This record gives sequence, C-alpha cells and structure tokens, in this order.
Amino acid sequence: MTPATLQPVASSTPARAAMHNVPLAAPVALRPDLAVVAELIPTEVKVLDLGCGDGELLAHLVNTKHVKGRGIELSEQGVLACVRRGLSVRQGNLNEGLADYPEHSFDYVVLSQTLPFLSDAKKILLEMLRVGQRAVVSIPNWGYWRCRIELLASGRMPQAPDLPQPWYEAPRWQAFTITDFARCCREIDVTICQEVYLSRGRRIEVRKFKNLLATTAVFTLERK
Amino acid sequence: MTITQTQSSDPTSVGIVQPDYFTFAEEEPFCLESGATLGPVTVAYETYGRLNADRSNALLICHALSGSAHAAGYHSAEDRKPGWWDECIGPGKAFDTNRFFVICINVLGSCYGSTGPASINPATGLAYGLSFPVVTIGDMVRAQRKLIDHLGIDQLLCVAGGSMGGMQVLEWAAHHADRVKSVMPLASTAHHSPMLIAFGEVGRQAIYADPNWNNGDYYTAGKKPDAGLAVARMVGHITYLSEASMHQKFGRRLQQLERYGYEFNAEFEIESYLKYNGNSFTRRFDANSYLYITKAMDYFDLAQPSGSLAASFAAAEAIKFLVVSFTSDWLYPSYHSKEVVTALTIAGADVTYLDIQSSWGHDAFLLEVETMTRLLGSFLDRLAREEQVALPLAMSEAESKALATPSANGHVDDPALLARFRSAAEVTV
Repeated sequence: MTPATLQPVASSTPARAAMHNVPLAAPVALRPDLAVVAELIPTEVKVLDLGCGDGELLAHLVNTKHVKGRGIELSEQGVLACVRRGLSVRQGNLNEGLADYPEHSFDYVVLSQTLPFLSDAKKILLEMLRVGQRAVVSIPNWGYWRCRIELLASGRMPQAPDLPQPWYEAPRWQAFTITDFARCCREIDVTICQEVYLSRGRRIEVRKFKNLLATTAVFTLERK
Repeated sequence: MTITQTQSSDPTSVGIVQPDYFTFAEEEPFCLESGATLGPVTVAYETYGRLNADRSNALLICHALSGSAHAAGYHSAEDRKPGWWDECIGPGKAFDTNRFFVICINVLGSCYGSTGPASINPATGLAYGLSFPVVTIGDMVRAQRKLIDHLGIDQLLCVAGGSMGGMQVLEWAAHHADRVKSVMPLASTAHHSPMLIAFGEVGRQAIYADPNWNNGDYYTAGKKPDAGLAVARMVGHITYLSEASMHQKFGRRLQQLERYGYEFNAEFEIESYLKYNGNSFTRRFDANSYLYITKAMDYFDLAQPSGSLAASFAAAEAIKFLVVSFTSDWLYPSYHSKEVVTALTIAGADVTYLDIQSSWGHDAFLLEVETMTRLLGSFLDRLAREEQVALPLAMSEAESKALATPSANGHVDDPALLARFRSAAEVTV
C-alpha cells in the first residue's frame, strides 16, 4: 500500500508550487480532481480559488469557461507562476485572505485537497460560504478500503497523500473520511448539493459504499 | 565591464538620453492643496521608447525621495552611472522599451530640473528658499498629470514606483482613476506612519541645526548646510537597510584598520559607509528640497478625508493593481501593503499581491532585480495582451527581429554586475 492510492494533494504544497516556470501555452492536462471541480463550475461566473498553487485550475477556468477568477496562495513561487499565467492572485494565508472579501463577492469558492492541512476547517468552510454563494471542495478519503486494510494489517497510519516525509517531519494534517466530512457539513448547516467520486484518478459511479470505494470526493456545498 | 562597453554595446540599455522640460501655469497659477498658488511651474522629464499610434503604450515611472527623472540610460558617453532604475527599464527588460513608452518625471519641489525651493522665483529674481509653498504628494501627481495631458495621453497603461514613488502611484489610482489602467505600488504605504514622520523630523532637525541653513536662505551665501543634510541622509540610509543586510554588508569590520584606535574617527565600515553616502549626497541634493519632499511624504494619508481607505479607492474598481512588499522592509513594512490590498479587496478592485522574501530591507525594491523582472514583466505582458496594446510605429525590421527572439528578459547573474546594482541603489531611494 502506497500513498499513491490517494490523489495527489493540495496545490499549495511546496512540491507543486515549485513548478513555477510553466510556459503560457502549456497543454492543459488537469489533475483528475481539478477536472471534476472545473466541470462543476458553470461558465462566466466569479470564482475564488483558495491555495491556487501555480494557477492550473484558475487558468483553465478562465480560458475555457471565461470565469472571472481570483486566487489566494501562500508561496512566492506559486504567486509568480500565477502572474506569469496572467492571473490575479494575492499572497497570504486563507484566513486573512478570505476575511477581506465582502459577503457573496463570488459565485464559487474552491478549495482543492487542502482541507486536511487546515487547523480550523469548520471556520474556513463557513467563510467560504460567506464569501461565495457556493463552495466546491475536494478531499482525500482516508476511509478508502486500502487505507483501512493498511491500518488493520500493518498497524501503521496510511500516509498523507503526496507527502514523502514521515508524519513526524510532515506539516500537520488531519486524516478524515467522506462520512466524517458529511457529518461536519450537517453540524454546521451546510448542504451537499453535488457529489462526485474518484478512485485512483478515475471517476466512479457509486450509490453505496462510496466511503469505502472512493479515494477522492468532490462536493458542491451551499448554506442551508 | 567598462562603462564604454556598457553604453555602446549593451543591447539592453536605452543608450544616451536627454531630459525634456515642460512649463505650465504661466498665466493661471497652479493651485496647491494647501491653498497656496505657484506659477509658472516647470517639470523635468525623460522618456524612453516610442509612443504607439493610439497612445496606449505609455508607462509612468515615479521616483522616490531623492530620485530624478533620469531613470534609465546615460546622459553622455562619459557618464559613469546609468539612471536610477536602469536594471528594469530598457529593451527586453521588465519595462520593455521595445514595446512601451516609458516616462519618468522629476517631482515638484525637487532639485533636478522641476520647480522647487532652489528654483528662481520670477517675481523676485531670487531663489524661492522657504518662500516656496509646501507641496503634497497630491500636488506632485497633479503636476505630472499636466504633462501627461500635454503629451496627449488619455490613459496610462501603468503607473509604477517604489517608496515615495509608490505613494504617487496610489495617489494616481485613488484620485485620477480614469487616467490609469493599472498601477504598481512597490514597498510603499497609503499613509505615512508616525515612525516615518519621526525619521523625517530627525532629518529636518539636522538641517535646521546647521548654521549654514540660515532659514533656507543660503543660495547666494557660498556655504550650504552640508553637515545637516549629510546627517539627514545618514539617518535615511539606516532606514533603507535591514539589520540582516548591515550584518551581511559590513558586520563589525573595521575600515582600513587592524585594531581599534580608541579615538573618535569613523572606524567601523558601517560608519564610513554612512559618512561617505551622507557627504556625497550633499553634492547632488538641495537641503531645502529635502525638507519639502519629506514634509510632502509626512502629509500623505490616502484614507483622508473619509477615514476609510476602501472609500478612497471607490473609483479604482476598474484598475488592475500589482502590490509588492518585501519581508525585511521595516521602513514600509509588509502590513502597510496588506492594508492597501485589504482596502482594494473591499473596493472590489483587481489586485495581485506579493510579499517578496528578501534580506535587503527597504532597498530591496531596487535590488531584487530578478524577481522584480519576472513579476513586473509578467504583469505587463498580461496588460499588453488584455488591452491589445499595439507596438510603437516605425519599428525597423532589425528591431522587430530582436523582439521576436526570446531575450534573457533582464535576468542578471553576473555577480560583478549585481554588486554594481547594489551600490547604485544606495543613491537612489
């Protein structure tokens, strides 16, 4: 069992942010979960991408869906890459970045694969739905059957996706499952309006056992 | 690299340039924010590159406290030093003169060709001295606007500048929003903080305390308040560095000494650096101009009169902003820029913000050439694309060819050259 059983992680991690010299006309091969995020967002809306990394998703949305896109990104290399792509991005952490925006400044606020790394996930989710009409969130799922077996069989925690370091060297992350996430949404009065599941980079159509079969989930959220 | 080589063979230099002068308010005097009037008013300016057919490729560069209109190139073949932002202005550089028409204007109140306290008052035939009215950043920008009107430019593609230049940039965005498409305030602030006012006042007090200052009336005396001005500049230089950059540049090293002399000469390298820069400043700058310009900076508070910075940017919604700060700048700390970004976000403006990692302190905006070139160049590329800015006319075939070849885009990796940039910056903030 390897970390590869889960999707590659947050665009704001140093590994992704280091890819800064992306030529403008680079062929667009979106990460699978980002492709799903892009599908869920309609054309010509206003989008805020939190932890937008090198701007891969935003540039795709601007070019193919003609959205009005903005980003917040922590790394200098990420911001430089975004400016290179012609995007408007603010450097900063999500808390201070989100707080500045008036209510409903955006139609959609996106958070892809970053939730496990946030210390105050609930606050960020509520802030996303204050600033945006809707939120699109993609999460890695530690409820995936292989992760469960790994813990059961080897007694080791399934490693955080795309983090080569052991837990005692990696940035803090919180393992949670699709069921955990759904429960969190109920508690904070957030409705899941759309749900898409992926297993190892491929979209899967599941009615039951999604928490067992999906490696990544993408949700569209709204306030109740 | 010798200067002759730099000038004659460097394809990224704008070459030999000459200042131009524009005079207005010859009949109707120019009304200042203070209520006082001034006239006639002359502004010195330089331009690099060519204006395109629809005059849509003009960039305005705003200089800092002690800067001049000479932002790029050389004034003569013997000229030792290029303009103050030569690293970023020229063919293929961040402000690419192959594509853009770059304008730099000496501010009102300065001593580099624009009307200031050292200019002759036509009413008396003598230098203004302290009878020169106090000017503000707003007045400086309105004087710049007169020239932009005169040049027939409806909208500037971009206004960019660092430090006090950044204040002018923000003034353009807040109060002349219809005349700019984008702005780049670098290492700047929307209001001069009490600490900045305090440093300004120490500099002014040093000048007042010099007996040669004589209440600003020294132009015919043969003796200038050089000692006072030098101390003012030394204080300034301390604030442009950071503790880390002082460690890096000077440490506790002694200047041409093996051991302590136990006497009151400048023994440490940092002392002789300050002394040298203080003294050389007196050869190129006017003490009264120093008083007027620092005073103008102290009055700068863009949140007034409403008290809300976001309200001041209400008309700036259509402007694209690139706000840049530097992590080790304690004179204009990053949170000053973040306040601007917050206000712009509330106002609904299109803003890009980066806090560049640097140990160079406030000087960083002139020294972080590589990152700045990438950032500013990309931002201008986007503007040119989105605004469909046409290339200037009358471009020769050779020039077009040079444009089509991907250049190093101002990238500098020669350490000797970088060292030269660092020393260049010491006289331009």
